[in-house]
Amino acid sequence: MPFGNTHNNFKLNYSVEDEFPDLTKHNNHMAKVLTKEMYAKLRDKQTPTGFTVDDVIQTGVDNPGHPFIMTVGCVAGDEESYEVFKDLLDPVISDRHGGYKATDKHKTDLNFENLKGGDDLDPNYVLSSRVRTGRSIKGYALPPHNSRGERRAVEKLSVEALNSLDGEFKGKYYPLKSMTDAEQEQLIADHFLFDKPVSPLLLGAGMARDWPDARGIWHNENKTFLVWVNEEDHLRVISMQKGGNMKEVFKRFCVGLQRIEEIFKKHNHGFMWNEHLGFILTCPSNLGTGLRGGVHVKLPKLSTHAKFEEILNRLRLQKRGTGGVDTASVGGVFDISNADRIGSSEVDQVQCVVDGVKLMVEMEKKLEKGESIDSMIPAQKAPPL
Amino acid sequence: MASMFTRVLSGRNTAVIMAGLGAGTLVSSYIMMTESGVSAGEKKKLYPPSADYPDLRKHNNCLASALTPAVYGQLRDKLTPNNWSLDQCIQTGVDNPGHPFIKTVGMVAGDEESYEVFAEIFNPVIKDRHNGYDPTTMKHPTDLDSSKITSGMFDENYVLSSRVRTGRSIRGLSLPPACTRAERREVERVVVQGLSGLKDDLAGKYYSLTEMTEQEQQQLIDDHFLFDKPVSPLLTCAGMARDWPDARGIWHNNEKTFLIWINEEDHTRVISMEKGGNMKRVFERFCRGLKEVERLIQERGWEFMWNERLGYILTCPSNLGTGLRAGVHVRLPLLSKDSRFNKILDNLRLQKRGTGGVDTAAVGDTFDISNLDRLGKSEVELVQCVIDGVNYLIDCEKKLEKSQDISIPPPVAQSKK
Repeated sequence: MPFGNTHNNFKLNYSVEDEFPDLTKHNNHMAKVLTKEMYAKLRDKQTPTGFTVDDVIQTGVDNPGHPFIMTVGCVAGDEESYEVFKDLLDPVISDRHGGYKATDKHKTDLNFENLKGGDDLDPNYVLSSRVRTGRSIKGYALPPHNSRGERRAVEKLSVEALNSLDGEFKGKYYPLKSMTDAEQEQLIADHFLFDKPVSPLLLGAGMARDWPDARGIWHNENKTFLVWVNEEDHLRVISMQKGGNMKEVFKRFCVGLQRIEEIFKKHNHGFMWNEHLGFILTCPSNLGTGLRGGVHVKLPKLSTHAKFEEILNRLRLQKRGTGGVDTASVGGVFDISNADRIGSSEVDQVQCVVDGVKLMVEMEKKLEKGESIDSMIPAQKAPPL
Repeated sequence: MASMFTRVLSGRNTAVIMAGLGAGTLVSSYIMMTESGVSAGEKKKLYPPSADYPDLRKHNNCLASALTPAVYGQLRDKLTPNNWSLDQCIQTGVDNPGHPFIKTVGMVAGDEESYEVFAEIFNPVIKDRHNGYDPTTMKHPTDLDSSKITSGMFDENYVLSSRVRTGRSIRGLSLPPACTRAERREVERVVVQGLSGLKDDLAGKYYSLTEMTEQEQQQLIDDHFLFDKPVSPLLTCAGMARDWPDARGIWHNNEKTFLIWINEEDHTRVISMEKGGNMKRVFERFCRGLKEVERLIQERGWEFMWNERLGYILTCPSNLGTGLRAGVHVRLPLLSKDSRFNKILDNLRLQKRGTGGVDTAAVGDTFDISNLDRLGKSEVELVQCVIDGVNYLIDCEKKLEKSQDISIPPPVAQSKK
């Protein structure tokens, strides 16, 4: 909740024992890491904007999780959360991001020219290509904690920045609370419209407060560059197009991001970033690059092969259904994207997708001809760092 | 327990002084400010109340009808002694624009003091919801003397069951939207300890949501006693489902006629019920049980939240006063199809619901009929109103069975003094 110590000092009248959450039935990263000692140490702290450890963990307390899926279970309320509550968040980050240490440094590389290939993925198999990330605007609290005034300020600044773009980036902003029915229909048909979050993971963190105030969608005329304002993060930036030209998608992504960043910097509100965590976002799972680069690809034979999961693991890729996270695949078409977010750069991660998908399409072709793919199974790619 | 109570009081007094000195600014800045970033107090000054004023143009709830930029400006930076703010009171109303036909309240209290500190918005909301009841000039009567009830036995060919419910809050502990885990656990401890002192027909057992066995859970479901984690966004947006199911539970007597919910939408919800039409007995048990519980917690230095303007203090302003809903499940196959049914109910100050409770539809011809009013009339008056009203409805039904005509009764006096 914004701008207050939210009852926090009042809580200090009660013992740690009395306040400590019951996490015995929980299965998320926060529950695995938080101890009474840690809670005792952090409970009287707060960030400069008043975010407390209970605010950080509320979503994890309210959502015990799933026996098979490890959710994160905590969020940041502002940039300083990652510093003030590092005793809790560093181990959570380490668990979530393959052992990333508190002393590790993250590499940022948005130079699209460093990507090799990526323009020759077979469009008979690769139906569409997409790269997304998030950005937080320095000086404002994050979606779990911001006030209406702050959220509106983020919207205003973002729209100003986006409206100043030209060339292939020229576009228009559609605020959620005042779009016409016709505009809404079109955005749904384009698969651009985002809805009020229903996931209790997000609701438990307070991100849907005041919906749909100061939320909106901006996209360019070509419908290849799209920005979500004030959904789960301040900004979600998406570059996408039909077919397999990931190189073009990534170029547009990098150029667009850099142009937007320049404008924010001019207003003394650049993006939140530091050399340890890379780009700062609300959920610790999106730190580093916050990048998910992926394709919708037809792999009906490969996906039923006994080694499919192993191949994905070795390539450091992840599969999802074509509806996105937590959906199933339809008709042998999968969403394949990078599994890593931190410890490797944007170029590294997209390279991973490009190389991995190219290989998998070749495997699919081999399987179509009835041939074996055993000799093509890749070695395990090293994890970042 | 009493020493914890005094400690809590002294903690609150300090905060009261600090809050008095500089609204929220001092309270938040007396905790550490780091060199990077802007402190919460300074942050607030960057955004005048006009920047934070919610957009309520598409809203239909009591909050939206009553809130103005001037009132918001006056109250935004105030805090209760427990550091509860106006934005936290109104979040549920901002997040839930409402329904064109159903006017929800749109705000909640975080503690007893909310009704005082934010009186400028609570009072018009209370007036709107409770038929013009003005907390600044009126007093609410409390009367739990069940011996005053007359004709409290219904015709059981029509009335299938009778029930009276209310809520009670424990003074000194924050309400469900605001309470910390420790406070919620304290409410559970205080109430369960009190209930363990009940005897004879009131003697019973507590079933904590976190510890109940599969078998106990099934039995409670079969008895229709078990409550679930709230799913209504009206409640979840107000923060009432936090930390579920920690410190939540159900207590009931062995006879299953007296039931208490702990830490659901209020600290406690107290229910007396039985099959059949003996409303007088249901209400007698209700009053006796409530008084016993009150005596038992007072023995340990606790008491219920109550004052003479607002009666019993509960989380939602709609439940102030008596917090009482007395009702029956009654079969009215002919009357319910008569075009005058709703008008008759209105004039009798009664409300119909489906047999699943609020926001459900009737099944077959059986309705849940209960009192509309909560504040400005006493418990005895409201229960008598339900008894007289339901008797009238049954009378109408019988007349229609004999093809006789029925008439719309004159309106019962509203709760104005």
